[in-house]
Amino acid sequence: MLPHLTAQYGNPHSRTHAYGWESEAAVEVARAQVAALIGADAKEIVFTSGATEANNMAVKGVAAFYASKKRHVVTTQTEHKCVLDSCRQLEARGVDVTYLPVAKDGLVSVDAVADALRPDTALVSVMAVNNEIGVVQPLAELGALCRARSVFFHTDGAQALGKIPLDVGALNIDLMSLSAHKIYGPKGVGALYVRRRPRVRLEPLIHGGGQERGLRSGTLPPALAVGFGAACAVAARDMGADEAWIGRLAARLLDGLTSQIEQVFINGSTSDRYAGNLNVSFAGIEGESLLMALKDVAVSSGSACTSASLEPSYVLRALGVDEELAHTSIRFGLGRFTTEAEVDYAVELAVKHVKRLRDMSPLWEMMQEGVDIKSIQWSQEH
Amino acid sequence: MSLLRTARAVASVSRQAAARSVAAPVGVTGARAYHANVIDHYDNPRNVGSMDKKDVNVGTGLVGAPACGDVMKLQIRVDPETGTITESVFKTFGCGSAIASSSLATEWIKGKGLAEAGSIKNRDIAKELRLPPVKLHCSMLAEDAIRAAIKDVKSKQAASVETVKVAAA
Repeated sequence: MLPHLTAQYGNPHSRTHAYGWESEAAVEVARAQVAALIGADAKEIVFTSGATEANNMAVKGVAAFYASKKRHVVTTQTEHKCVLDSCRQLEARGVDVTYLPVAKDGLVSVDAVADALRPDTALVSVMAVNNEIGVVQPLAELGALCRARSVFFHTDGAQALGKIPLDVGALNIDLMSLSAHKIYGPKGVGALYVRRRPRVRLEPLIHGGGQERGLRSGTLPPALAVGFGAACAVAARDMGADEAWIGRLAARLLDGLTSQIEQVFINGSTSDRYAGNLNVSFAGIEGESLLMALKDVAVSSGSACTSASLEPSYVLRALGVDEELAHTSIRFGLGRFTTEAEVDYAVELAVKHVKRLRDMSPLWEMMQEGVDIKSIQWSQEH
Repeated sequence: MSLLRTARAVASVSRQAAARSVAAPVGVTGARAYHANVIDHYDNPRNVGSMDKKDVNVGTGLVGAPACGDVMKLQIRVDPETGTITESVFKTFGCGSAIASSSLATEWIKGKGLAEAGSIKNRDIAKELRLPPVKLHCSMLAEDAIRAAIKDVKSKQAASVETVKVAAA
């Protein structure tokens, strides 16, 4: 990336001089690297500022283009906020949106999607890997269903790219949002895969000089694009090794926790999941108080206290997680560079503080005494 | 040559930034940084424990709700002769600010009379802990917990006096 932040400062869209040509060449190499990781053609990759923009483009863009004939979109309740919020924007403009619930394991039912489809459905959007709980949706079945019913299938692949094998052809994916910084690339760049055969049309969000086949105007950032491409190339090479390594670490983490403390619950399917994203609830204690203890470890919580709105995670709520447990969740993220020592440290810290916080918890005390928490009349209902 | 100077400048800026961030309060997120007082109560909570809630001189205040992510149990032992709080313990299910608020509450009410303890205001707790606006409800809950404990012990002590009166009659 550094050469493109320093000596190679040409604008990749400047067709008339060598500075432009060298920047353009680098961007095109990156484009091919991104495409290769998902089995797409380079011409089908539109660079964006990230997956959020890509999600916005897909949802709003497709709905807008086909607005005269199609007024319906199907998605799930556990999508990333940028998809859900884009859908809400569509609703404000008169488009019907069906937000499908998910089962307790976080997976959406393919039959439910099939039932929700209408003759005027423009798009089905279901994320590949959930960012909070790590579950992997049934992409192959959904893709086949949508292809059979002639509805475009969009998937938010931000957490899936480079982590699980993705082939847009085999999976019948028509649009896919991609993010660079989720696979060790730079922040500020991503892409939207837009199928060309059969052609997916969409109205651009950003108009201007017509870059990226007119779908996303604006000068591309060669440094960021090159970083994204390189990250994809590395991921393609390392995916197998990463999967084995991360699988081992995840098992080590979970074993470490469950062998030393009781009442630990995994949120989301234990079979259809990406190993590097582990979301667990520790009964009886609150998430943010545990986060304070784990401040040396980069984890996050679905607890209300950690969100500005004091609302617990909508993803956990969609799973039907009990209210008492919704505030106790911690998401552990494991990656290519995580070490066994780091996992052991996180386990040690978590176990120590879970025990400490449970000693301080009136709910844990009640549970130990056999009191049914659900039967109590609380002084302040939600 | 200019590239080298740029690189050095970048390195020194990032060193300064690192030094600045270490000096600032440690936080869960940049916007909501925990004050040292909150961290102190979290790392070394005072008076964690449980008393026998059936004891006539023990008042128990249980406030909040698991659905809200905040439950505080605050207990006080009141000397029936002097009416002062001789002992106070707490247990809290909640974030660092909630834990700190209830821990501080138990510290403040020890040795006080019931009327004085009941007059402790949430804003005093919030001020001592430098709670940001989004955490003010934690201090409110602590104030509620104190009052609930006082109310509980008062009604128990009054009931036992009644029982004695009835028995004597």
